[in-house]
Amino acid sequence: MDFPILSTIIFLPLVGAFFILLSKSKDNKSAKYISVFTTLINLILSLFLWYSFDNQIVEFQFVEEKVWIENFFKYKLGIDGISVLFIVLTSFITQICVISCINSIKLRIKEFLIALLVLETFMLGVFCSLDLLLFYLFFEAGLIPMFLIIGVWGGARRVYSAFKFFLYTLLGSVLMLVAIITIFWLTGSTDVTEIYQIKIPEQYQTILWLAFFSSFAVKLPMWPVHTWLPDAHVEAPTAGSVILAAILLKMAGYGFLRFSIGMFPLASEFFVPLVYVLSLIAIIYTSLIALMQDDMKKLIAYSSVGHMGFVTLGVFTFTTQGIEGGIYQMISHGLISAALFLCVGVLYDRMNSRMINDYGGVVSILPKFSLLFIIFVLGGLGLPGTSGFIGEFLVLLGAFKKNFLVAVIASIGVVLAAAYMLWLAKKVIFGEVKNDKVKILKDVNYSEGFVLSILVILTLFFGFYPEPIFNTISPSVNNLIDVYQFEINSKISNIN
Amino acid sequence: MEYLIVFLPLIGSLICYLGKDLGNLFSEISSSLLIVVSAVLSIIIFYNGFVHNIYGNYQILNWINSGELNVNWSINIDPLSSVMIVVVTLISALVHIYSIGYMSHDPHKPRFMSYLSLFTFSMLCLVVSDNFLQLFFGWEGVGLCSYLLIGFWYKKNSANNAAIKAFIVNRVGDFGLAIGIFLIFFQFGTLNFSELFNLVELNSDKNIKFIFADFNLITTICVFLFIGAMGKSAQFILHTWLPDAMEGPTPVSALIHAATMVTAGVFLVVKCSPLFEYSQFALNLVAIVGMITALFAASVALVQNDIKKIIAYSTCSQLGYMFFAAGIGAYHVAMFHLFTHAFFKALLFLGAGSVIHVFRDEQDIGNMGGVWKKIPFTMTLMLIGTLALTGFPFLSGFYSKDAIIEFAYLKNSNIGTYVVVVGIFTAFLTSLYSWRLFIRTFFGEYNNKKISLKELHESPPVMTIPLIILALGSIFSGFLFKDIFIGQSNLEFWNDSIFFLNDFKNTKISTWFLLLTPSIVLISIPIAYFIYLKDKSILDGIKKTNLPLYKFLLNKWYIDEFYEITLVRPIKKLGLTFWKKGDENTIDRFGPDGVSKLIKFISNKASQFQTGYIYDYAFVMLIGLSALITFLILK
Repeated sequence: MDFPILSTIIFLPLVGAFFILLSKSKDNKSAKYISVFTTLINLILSLFLWYSFDNQIVEFQFVEEKVWIENFFKYKLGIDGISVLFIVLTSFITQICVISCINSIKLRIKEFLIALLVLETFMLGVFCSLDLLLFYLFFEAGLIPMFLIIGVWGGARRVYSAFKFFLYTLLGSVLMLVAIITIFWLTGSTDVTEIYQIKIPEQYQTILWLAFFSSFAVKLPMWPVHTWLPDAHVEAPTAGSVILAAILLKMAGYGFLRFSIGMFPLASEFFVPLVYVLSLIAIIYTSLIALMQDDMKKLIAYSSVGHMGFVTLGVFTFTTQGIEGGIYQMISHGLISAALFLCVGVLYDRMNSRMINDYGGVVSILPKFSLLFIIFVLGGLGLPGTSGFIGEFLVLLGAFKKNFLVAVIASIGVVLAAAYMLWLAKKVIFGEVKNDKVKILKDVNYSEGFVLSILVILTLFFGFYPEPIFNTISPSVNNLIDVYQFEINSKISNIN
Repeated sequence: MEYLIVFLPLIGSLICYLGKDLGNLFSEISSSLLIVVSAVLSIIIFYNGFVHNIYGNYQILNWINSGELNVNWSINIDPLSSVMIVVVTLISALVHIYSIGYMSHDPHKPRFMSYLSLFTFSMLCLVVSDNFLQLFFGWEGVGLCSYLLIGFWYKKNSANNAAIKAFIVNRVGDFGLAIGIFLIFFQFGTLNFSELFNLVELNSDKNIKFIFADFNLITTICVFLFIGAMGKSAQFILHTWLPDAMEGPTPVSALIHAATMVTAGVFLVVKCSPLFEYSQFALNLVAIVGMITALFAASVALVQNDIKKIIAYSTCSQLGYMFFAAGIGAYHVAMFHLFTHAFFKALLFLGAGSVIHVFRDEQDIGNMGGVWKKIPFTMTLMLIGTLALTGFPFLSGFYSKDAIIEFAYLKNSNIGTYVVVVGIFTAFLTSLYSWRLFIRTFFGEYNNKKISLKELHESPPVMTIPLIILALGSIFSGFLFKDIFIGQSNLEFWNDSIFFLNDFKNTKISTWFLLLTPSIVLISIPIAYFIYLKDKSILDGIKKTNLPLYKFLLNKWYIDEFYEITLVRPIKKLGLTFWKKGDENTIDRFGPDGVSKLIKFISNKASQFQTGYIYDYAFVMLIGLSALITFLILK
């Protein structure tokens, strides 16, 4: 394909951001139009990309390659079945964020939209990069707009949270940079496809895997480096929380698939017990904490950590069901957690409170909102018929093949998820109206209702008919597993 | 036609919910009509299957396709599912109609109707599934509807708590079911029932390693599946949600918590009979849990005062009967009892609802009594229900319950003997608590202080007509269907939807045994009359001499309290500890906050070097220089 569609998708938001910058500072209307328009075009382009993506081919498609620095650093993009879904998810979620924040952000809306669009560029770049250094650039650059979104438009403790977020993630990434330099030194290339071909010696794999892991584990986040997430979510504005939960966390899951397993299969195998233990702790530990929260955003944030625990568990089973389930779980969590944060945003915009105890009996006043909220709560607890179920179920199925006990313990997390999610619904939605402020609330307006309804439709649609996603990812996933199995087998035959 | 049966309730549910503004009447009539159509079609299917032997499997859509996992949405009609769809749609249709009258004062009727229809849809999905995953979908779906309906009066805190409790206890059971499903897929590579059942015999001796010990594969699978069944069917230790579920409106209790949803567990065990037959251990477990539940629930029902709770415990106890029937391998008898029980228990619940309606939401039987002349119609219907439940000769309960005891006797094994003893003793208890309920509600003195006797009046016809149909079912369903379900030709009817490894020996049962249970049931009527109506001092005497026992029963064996202490509180405490001590006091304190404090501390110290005085710098330079020179010299 001659037309550089990936670059277009990546840099279109940046162009949009530039135009917003040029628009008159008093006139926020044009900024709003530009942002909606840009993200819409981007969404259409991504859907077109998904449509024209050939899911019979295992190799990377739509590859674009330009030498940037001779013999060292290439600008190389390309997608496979896994990344194309994340591109669609990213442009979709950004679109939703733009629509929702246009009305809810009152202060410096122009700058906010610029940050959001710049962030979109970086996130899309992460999912398209086929060069380690390019990936690193996008991966790290994404921190800056997010840092600003939390630090400028956040709540009362925004500065603390923004710094915590920034330092935590930076710390992990530094090690990743060192690892990338080491890889270049070992193989003479930063091109991922080339590195796949050149086998990295086993003794290096372990240490390099750990370096990448430290970065991804923080971003995902895994226990015990998860504590930035609840703070960041609580303080971030709604759109920030949505992006954070729906996409930023997925970058790490994607990183595990693309880099950790792809480049270091032997080390990945070696560290499986570590990943399992951390995932299990994440699932149980954070679910228990979520049970005790009195802040809605914190509760959802902790539940996110638990859900991402399922992702790592699934990915590191190296079974078709596990990996496909992990990816499915990421997509589905992207939809459901985004929707839950939007729902909290709807309440927060009206009441200025995130505290669960300030609510109660919302269903009598906001029936439409409550219906939507309940559906997302059910998705969050993995009810069959919602997309949340399929991901969790496949992950557990995959985990079961590897280790009985791990799957059993992880299943307990599903029971706990039901407990905290229903508890949230009970305290917020049901019961008598205790707070007089709740009595005068208005139900969801047109744009809120529209956005949430789309998310409901998608959550249910992918719960009943997940075929489109499985068709797209399964060739890539099977390829990943084949390569991995080949490496492991050749190692075993070498020993023999 | 098969599609219509399953999807009409869903359509009804959707138009009720979306058409909320079209008025109550619209939602009531449309949903009831659709369910009635669905029920009629089910009966046609059942008839076609029974007479013309027409069954089939209809694939709707591919659901999940991941690696070797292939799951479809499908409708599978076999003798077993055809019985279930008749029970589900028929009771559901009657409950829909009844609800029009019962919920007449409720402002949220469309929502109620919508949930009821949605429940019917989920339950149908469950019973017509041809694979475990769709069954699981229906399984959780009915759990969801049960949650929504128990918490229907969402302003009541107790209703909300009961709803959550129901969902979570069920989730514990579902956890077992899910693990059973994982195991099946892991070992057999399929979730399809018929494919699985073909593989069972070859693998019946296989062992798997679970934690550190070896277990028989089939046994392990069965035990986990049974945990699921225990949750859904409220068997002992996972039963606690069922009595609390009575917070929901009474039609819900009749439909979900008596006739249909709670029998899903029994259905699962029967459906998986090709698995259970290969595991004697699992069958014994099923029988033992069933017996404990039957006894436990009947004993608790003896002393409760809430009319709905008594019937709820009675349901629990009858489910126990079905389980121990399945546990001795008499799956068809379990299904027969499920079938008859659906009628008389729904009748009892709806009758109780009628009583509650008459007394304007009074549920304590201590506040009723002496009203039989005012509401003779309701009284007669309740009498039929009570007689059927206790197994009064020639009513439906008599055929099914006695059949269980007879088959256990035929089994001629240890477990069979226990089942006989427990079955007969529980039948005695059943009859005691049922008559107690009946007598306290309708006879004796009028005890209600809030409403005067004159104000009471009979329920409207829209409520009584469904009751009459159920009453007819309670009277005749046993007699009419006993040949089909458990008679000589039963194997022809069930075809291969129920699997028997060993056939039952058709030896003659001695007459004295046949007469034993009915005579106990008959004797218990005068006993109940004496202690509950004629001479209350006897009862008081028993109560006084056995006070600890009475308290034990009144508090339902203290099982809720036990869970509160051993599970709920520790989990809450653990969550709090992890949050406050783990996240905030350990990870944050030594992690980011600690590091930033440390850096601040170090940079503070470091900045003290920058005093700005030239002699300080000169001094440091001098030290450095001399150190360097020393180093070079020594080298």
